[in-house]
Amino acid sequence: MVKRVALTAIATATFTLSLQAERISGAGASFPAPLYYDWAYDYHKATGKEVNYQSIGSGGGIKQVGSRIVDFGASDKPLKPKKLDKKRLYQFPAVIGSIVVVYNIPGIGDAELRLENKDIADIFMGKIRYWDDKAIAQDNPHLKLPHEKITVIHRSDGSGTTFNFSYFLSNVSEDWRNEIGVGKALSWPTGIGAKGNEGISNLLKQTPYSIGYVEYAYKKRNSFSAATIQTKNGKWVKPAEENFIAAAKYASWDPNKHFYQILALQPGDNSYPIVAATFILLPREKNETNKKVTAFFDWAFKNGDESAQRLGYIPLPQSTKDMIRAYWKKHNIDPSN
Amino acid sequence: MHKVVDKGFEALAKLSAFFVLIVLAAIFWVLFKEAEPAIETFGLEFLTNQKWAPNLEIFGGAPAIFGSIVSTFLAMIIATPIAIGIAIFLTEIAFEKLKTPIGTAIEMLAAIPSIIYGMWGLFYFAPLMREWFGGNGLGLLTAAIVLSIMILPFMAAITRDSMNTTPHILKESAYALGATKWDVIKDVVIPYAKAGIIGSIILALGRAIGETMAVTFVMGNVHRIPKELTDPATSIPVTLANEFTEADSDLYYSSLFYLALILFVISFIVIAIAKFYFLKKSRSAK
Repeated sequence: MVKRVALTAIATATFTLSLQAERISGAGASFPAPLYYDWAYDYHKATGKEVNYQSIGSGGGIKQVGSRIVDFGASDKPLKPKKLDKKRLYQFPAVIGSIVVVYNIPGIGDAELRLENKDIADIFMGKIRYWDDKAIAQDNPHLKLPHEKITVIHRSDGSGTTFNFSYFLSNVSEDWRNEIGVGKALSWPTGIGAKGNEGISNLLKQTPYSIGYVEYAYKKRNSFSAATIQTKNGKWVKPAEENFIAAAKYASWDPNKHFYQILALQPGDNSYPIVAATFILLPREKNETNKKVTAFFDWAFKNGDESAQRLGYIPLPQSTKDMIRAYWKKHNIDPSN
Repeated sequence: MHKVVDKGFEALAKLSAFFVLIVLAAIFWVLFKEAEPAIETFGLEFLTNQKWAPNLEIFGGAPAIFGSIVSTFLAMIIATPIAIGIAIFLTEIAFEKLKTPIGTAIEMLAAIPSIIYGMWGLFYFAPLMREWFGGNGLGLLTAAIVLSIMILPFMAAITRDSMNTTPHILKESAYALGATKWDVIKDVVIPYAKAGIIGSIILALGRAIGETMAVTFVMGNVHRIPKELTDPATSIPVTLANEFTEADSDLYYSSLFYLALILFVISFIVIAIAKFYFLKKSRSAK
C-alpha cells in the first residue's frame, strides 16, 4: 500500500515536472487578456501545453519582459525599434481591436448619434459642454438632443486604450495636440476618471448624459450605444465590425521595424479611424522559450480567429500572419525550427 | 538557569521592540531612495504644482495632497460628533436590552472590508449624491462621507469602551449633587473618557488618510484641485492604486514614490501631533 502511494506520488511529481517544462508565462496588456485566456484554454485542450497570462497592464508587461521575469510581454502600445534594441526585445502584433466612443443619452440608440472627429476632441477637452451644442446639433438634425451637461468619463489608470485614443484625437484636433498630447495617462481637463475598461463601463451605465471610450469588446458585452464618427477623409462611418476590418486591411506592416505602427486613421471610405493592434514582446536571447511562445501564437493564428471575433476583436489578415511567420523564421524563433 | 532564561527573554523582547523601528526605517529608506530622481527633478515645487501630465513628464502632487488632507478632514468632522453621540447613547441613555444589539451591530460594521463600502458608495450612494447635490455623484464630498461612514463604527466602539470605564461612583456622586444627565455627560463622562476619545480619533485618522479602495471607487480620480465639494478629485493612495501598474517611465515611477513618501510623512506628522499635543494635554488636565 505504502509502496503504491509512493509510486503514485513519484509518477505525479514527474508528470507535473514534465508539464512544467511545457508551461510558458506571459504578462501585460489587459485589453487582449480575455482573448489570450480563451486561446490559452483552447491551446491547452488541443496540445496539453500551458500558457499562463497575467493581465497586469502594458507598462507592467514591458517592465517584466524587460527584466526577463516572464517568457513574453504584451503591450497595447508598440515600442519603437530603438527601444526594442535597447531592451533586446522582438515584437510582433497578435490581434487588432478598436476603440469606440460610447454614450449614455436616454432615447438615443446605438450609432444614431453622429460626432465629428474634432468635436470628439472638443467634448473630451470640455470645450463642448452641453449635448445640444450647435456643433453636435448640426450633424444630427433628426435627433432631439437634450440640454444636459456632458459628463466625460476617462481612464484614471495608464492605458494602451488611452494611448491610441489620444493619438487619434491629436491627429484630428490641433488644440488637443498642443494642449494635451498623446500618452497612456494624460492631464485630463474635464470629467471623472475610472479604472480600466470595466470601470468606464460601470460609470457610464449609471451616469446619464455621459460619454466615454472603451474597447469594442466592452461595448459589445454591455450593449452600449456608440457614436458614428468620421473616416480620415471626413466620411461618416459606423462603429461596426466590417468597418474595423476595412481599416485593418490598410495597415502597412514593416517587419524591419518590428511591426512598429499605430493603426489610427487609415485611408479608405469605410475605414473606422480608431483601430489599434496589440503587441507581443519576446526577449531576444531566449531562443528556446521563444519557440514555445511562437508555437502558441502560430496555433492561435491558425485556430483562434473565431474566438477573437466572438469576443469582439479583429483577427490579423492572412497576409500579416504570413509576414509575422517570416519574421520568426528570419530571427530563428519559428516553432518548427 | 533562571538567569539565562531571563536574559534570553529580555533580548527577545528587545528585538521585537526594535523590529518595529527597523521596519519603519526600512520603509522610509526605500521610499526615499525610489523617490530620489523625482525629488532631484522637481524639488519642493512638487508640493505646489497642480499639473499632473504623465505623457509630458510633468508631475505635480498638489491635487493629490490636497485631496488626501481635505477628504480626511471632512470625514473626521462628520464622523467624530456622530461617534461620540453613539457612544453616549450606548453608555448613558439606552436601556440594557438595547445596548447589546446596537453595540454588536457597530462592531460588525467595523469589520466590513473597505472595498465593500466602496462598492456600496459607487453603485448606491453616488446616484443619490447626484440627485441631492448635483454634479456627477463622484467627488470629494462623496468620498468624505463614505470615509466617515467607514471610520464611524470603529470610533464609536472605542469611545464607548472608554466611556464605560467611568467609575459609577463618580457619576452617582454627581447625580447626588443634583446634576442632570446632560451635566453628568458633559462634566464627568466626557472629561474622564477624553484620552480614549482622542485615541479613537487618532486611529481613525490613520485609517482614513491611508484608505485606498473605498475612496478609489467614489472620488472621481482626477488630478485637479476641486472648486466645489461635489467636484471629482484624487488622493495620494488613490493615485498610487490607479497608476502604479502602468507607470513605465522612470520619472513617473519615481514621482509616485515621492507621493508615497509625502503620505508617509503626513501621517507621521498628524499622528505625532495628535499624540504629543492632545494626549499630553488631556493627561495633564486630569
